[in-house]
Amino acid sequence: MSLRRIEEADPALGAFLTCDPGRVLERAERVDRDVKERPLPLAGVPVAVKDNICTRGLRTTCGSRMLEQYVPPYSATAIERLEAAGAVVVGKVNCDEFAMGSSTENSALQVTRNPYDLDRVPGGSSGGSAVAVAAGMAALALGSETGGSVRQPASFCNVVGLKPTYGRISRYGLVAFASSLDCIAPLGNSPRDIALLLGRIAGRDPLDSTSAPAPVPDYVAELDRPPGRLRLGVPKEYFGQGLDPEVKAAVEAGIRNAGKLGCDVVEVSLPHTRFAIADYYIIAPAEASSNLARYDGVKYGFRAEAPEDLMDMYRRTRTLGFGPEVRRRIMIGTYALSSGYYDAYYGRAMKVRTLIRRDYERAFEKVDALLGPVSPTAAFRIGEKASDPLSMYLSDIYTVTANLAGIPAVSVPCGFTAGGLPIGMQILGNLFQELPLLRLAQAYIREFPVAPPPLRV
Amino acid sequence: MSITREEVLKMAELARLEFSEEELDGFTAQFQGILDYIEQLRQVDVEGVEPTSHVSLSADFDPRMFREDEARESLPVEEALGGAPDPAAGHFRVPKVL
Repeated sequence: MSLRRIEEADPALGAFLTCDPGRVLERAERVDRDVKERPLPLAGVPVAVKDNICTRGLRTTCGSRMLEQYVPPYSATAIERLEAAGAVVVGKVNCDEFAMGSSTENSALQVTRNPYDLDRVPGGSSGGSAVAVAAGMAALALGSETGGSVRQPASFCNVVGLKPTYGRISRYGLVAFASSLDCIAPLGNSPRDIALLLGRIAGRDPLDSTSAPAPVPDYVAELDRPPGRLRLGVPKEYFGQGLDPEVKAAVEAGIRNAGKLGCDVVEVSLPHTRFAIADYYIIAPAEASSNLARYDGVKYGFRAEAPEDLMDMYRRTRTLGFGPEVRRRIMIGTYALSSGYYDAYYGRAMKVRTLIRRDYERAFEKVDALLGPVSPTAAFRIGEKASDPLSMYLSDIYTVTANLAGIPAVSVPCGFTAGGLPIGMQILGNLFQELPLLRLAQAYIREFPVAPPPLRV
Repeated sequence: MSITREEVLKMAELARLEFSEEELDGFTAQFQGILDYIEQLRQVDVEGVEPTSHVSLSADFDPRMFREDEARESLPVEEALGGAPDPAAGHFRVPKVL
């Protein structure tokens, strides 16, 4: 089913970088045999995997020339766990290079298109993951978030995306971008599907010292309990300048609907929100400049031809192997960490990060969850922001704060623009509160489903 | 703060990257634009605020994050070298250093 849909739709969409039908069928047959012997909760479920998550024996490119031919000798813990539950990885899907971007246009390998308008971006960096689910090429997908990279494409493509609490899912085998922010994050057609996947892959992993030991609830069994009378906060800073009027109207209607589920809605303030992008674009590049030092042409991946000496090999390998956005972020990060500037940039950014965390801590003393837009606009045109990195960065204004604070947030579809583009609303919760978020999201989608216009493929 | 071409070249040297003459002016201007934007953090009063380097170091996470230091089987040499651009005799070969 999934393979047939990929064959039919993906030539127009460009989500998949690697799909080996023989391997998929072999694996599916194996699951068919295994499920007769023992129950497998995800038996035969086709899952698309972002190409920055390692899959043993299956090419993992990170959307980069640097790793275009890289075949990992091991799988990420999340992959091991979902395969142990019977899921079938149908292929590896496109993303911005090393997950750096908000449109998937920074992939060095191919263009991915939005299934609701082929001239528009699917969002990013997990654009391929969102498209695979939106177009029915996979039932579920794994993406990753460092700063909104699952919620934003989910909102652009009319699917559900969950950014879990930092450490909820092991990062082992997720190619490192900014280690204090990176999370593996699931996408699906419903909160229920995501609950099913999350329950299998969450939890402590000895191979990731930052994975959280907190017990993993039975998300699926608990999902249909009524959410109860929740107090919902609406951060006033999420509705200011720059928010597209159509997105604003759809999210405001979504918030009114959430109130009809028997919740109290109150306004709250997150005063440091306006500094979040500046904070993120110091911290994430600083960590990236350190993490990406490993791509030196020695251990794996690309090496420039005929180097004169070691230094020449490093420089040319990295200059030719990395695309412009990755080089830009390595440069910003190098600057922010360099002697003389460390205190002014990285040191200060870590303190502002504390203030952003405190904003949320204060809000969650008063409310159970927060509601707001995911992105200031619906999907933009391919090429529209490609030459202006700062305008691309600003499209993440409502999402990066959850990554900086480590809290979970889920993006749910809440409407369409007059032009037929999906709009998403996000629900943010306190640390490890994935279950109440998914429960509220499930109740919301059940009561207020959005009828989508037909897909373009 | 304004950044010069020379500073960009110095950062490139530290980051092991190269920029051609043609790229350099455009890149310097873009870099300046981003620096101007992130400068706004100077407006925030951070007096007495503790830095957050990592959220899992906060009280909501378990500090007992380290596993026992036990020897375990690791990746076989052949597999570890499987993705290397120039493996030789069980090692990573690189151009002459000295």
